[in-house]
Amino acid sequence: MSHSTKRLRYVLKRLLQAVPIVFAIIIVNFFLLHMAEGDAVDVLAGEAGSATPEYMAELRKKFGLDQPLPVQLAVYLKNVLTFDLGYSFRHEMPVLDLVLDRFFPTLLLMVSTIVLAVGVGIILGLLAATGLNTWRDTLISVFALVTYATPLFWVGLMFIVVFALNLGWFPTSGMENIAAFYEGWDRVWDIAHHLVLPTITLSLFYLALYTRLMRASMLEQAGMDYVTTARAKGLTERRIMFVHVLRNALLPVVTMAGVQVGALIGGSVIVESVFAWPGLGMLAFEALFARDLNLLLGIFLLSALLVVGVNLVVDIIYSWLDPRIEVG
Amino acid sequence: MRNFWKLYRRNRSAVAGIIILGMVVLMAATAHLIYPDDPFRLAGASMQPPGEGGFLLGSDSLGRDVAAGIAHGAKTSLLIGLLATIVAVGFGTIMGGLAGYYGGRIDDLLMRTTEMFQTIPSFVFAILLVAIMKPSIESIVIAIAVVSWPAVARLVRGEFLSLKNREFVQACHTLGMGDAQIMLREILPNCLSPIIVIGSLMVATAILIESGLAFLGLGDPNIMSWGFQIGAGRTLLRSAWWVCTFPGVAILVTVLAINLVGEGLNDALNPRLRERQ
Repeated sequence: MSHSTKRLRYVLKRLLQAVPIVFAIIIVNFFLLHMAEGDAVDVLAGEAGSATPEYMAELRKKFGLDQPLPVQLAVYLKNVLTFDLGYSFRHEMPVLDLVLDRFFPTLLLMVSTIVLAVGVGIILGLLAATGLNTWRDTLISVFALVTYATPLFWVGLMFIVVFALNLGWFPTSGMENIAAFYEGWDRVWDIAHHLVLPTITLSLFYLALYTRLMRASMLEQAGMDYVTTARAKGLTERRIMFVHVLRNALLPVVTMAGVQVGALIGGSVIVESVFAWPGLGMLAFEALFARDLNLLLGIFLLSALLVVGVNLVVDIIYSWLDPRIEVG
Repeated sequence: MRNFWKLYRRNRSAVAGIIILGMVVLMAATAHLIYPDDPFRLAGASMQPPGEGGFLLGSDSLGRDVAAGIAHGAKTSLLIGLLATIVAVGFGTIMGGLAGYYGGRIDDLLMRTTEMFQTIPSFVFAILLVAIMKPSIESIVIAIAVVSWPAVARLVRGEFLSLKNREFVQACHTLGMGDAQIMLREILPNCLSPIIVIGSLMVATAILIESGLAFLGLGDPNIMSWGFQIGAGRTLLRSAWWVCTFPGVAILVTVLAINLVGEGLNDALNPRLRERQ
């Protein structure tokens, strides 16, 4: 079998492995929806102010809520698989439209956060590992320890106090200055300006994680045989560190970046609600306040599916980066 | 025990961690003595900066004492952190132990379940659970435990898996000991150290999750907590920075101290790691 068909088979295998997880997530979602007190009809009746029992029974029939549970589950599965995530009665819009509307800002925030956290984390971990047990290592380790223990929402608020309110360097909230009607590059610049504080806040926690991981990974690689070989060949320490060790040490950090996406979504709920960043997290916060469970569950489902997708992509990238990975 | 303390003491930051944690526990235990009144009560003029109007750390827009809130909030954070961890560690140990010992179907089921839990965004899941069950101490503890137990289960499963074929366990089988007895009296004591370490670190995570939930308005409405204080104070950021700042410092210091203790326990209980360093 040629290498490329092998790789294709690997990708297909990983895709198939993701299927049961996706189903499990949808089923969990369905039961959560059922655990919630009252169904959509109760909500509708409550909104309307008054409703006769006959009318409510009719509504239940219309929505299929009088069917036995397995039938309802089947209907729900069918709906989700056809991208129908239900209806948000607060926004009077299908959940899918609402969620897609808010998807881009969250994606922007997450991508910039991952780039910042992984990039700076790798540099800090490298600096700590190359200066092992010096003041540099200690300082970076203390920094990682403290950021690891800091609640994200609090850091965000403190950043607002210092950099937005007192120093006035950055805007306090939002994604862009809508009143200014910027276009083209001005608008890009405006959004980037708004993006700085939320990105730094959200990346802090992961920064600590990647720094520690990179440091540990560098130290582990430094003890490998190939490093001894390189040293015996007479290569400079600098070359060994930056060319040989660094490359191999990067791999676990890349995998971790994929695993952490789920946690990143949780963090973005907090950071977006602190900075009023108009993404999925902010939408979840609003849904929470309006007790809009349909919407909340839709966001949860979409974010879980997003994690499955990202993990898949990371696995595939990983198999490209490291040919030693079993693809057969 | 003395031997343990000798090992623990070698890690100086872990000693600092336990001292700080001791002070937080003391603050929680004496909160009702120092501030006997309800922390939700109006204690004086509103929006007083720290040190003025009889407020050590200032007051908020309703004249509530920030310092009293922090003292009473310590109880909430520690209680929820500890309870959630006990539930998660208990459940995770049972599930992981059974899966590791018996293997087969239970093991498959457990592994698939934990895989699913690793995929779903756990904080969002916790938000959902609390929102559905209505915010209260019980629902918060359950939500945190539900998102935390899979890590314990995976750890315990691995330990049971590696221990169950060892000679001393086989010897117990030949002696005719029952499965339950072997699991509880022979295998479990041998994997207590990693369970204690993961449990101690989990308390810190649980406190962070609890404060995040309370910040989003999902705290128990009848109980003062640090996250609630920060959430309530965020609208005053411009005029009264202290309302948000000090409860956050309390969270940071407590979580940091617990993490240091956890690392100290890890160093002291895990001799292999110690040699490597």
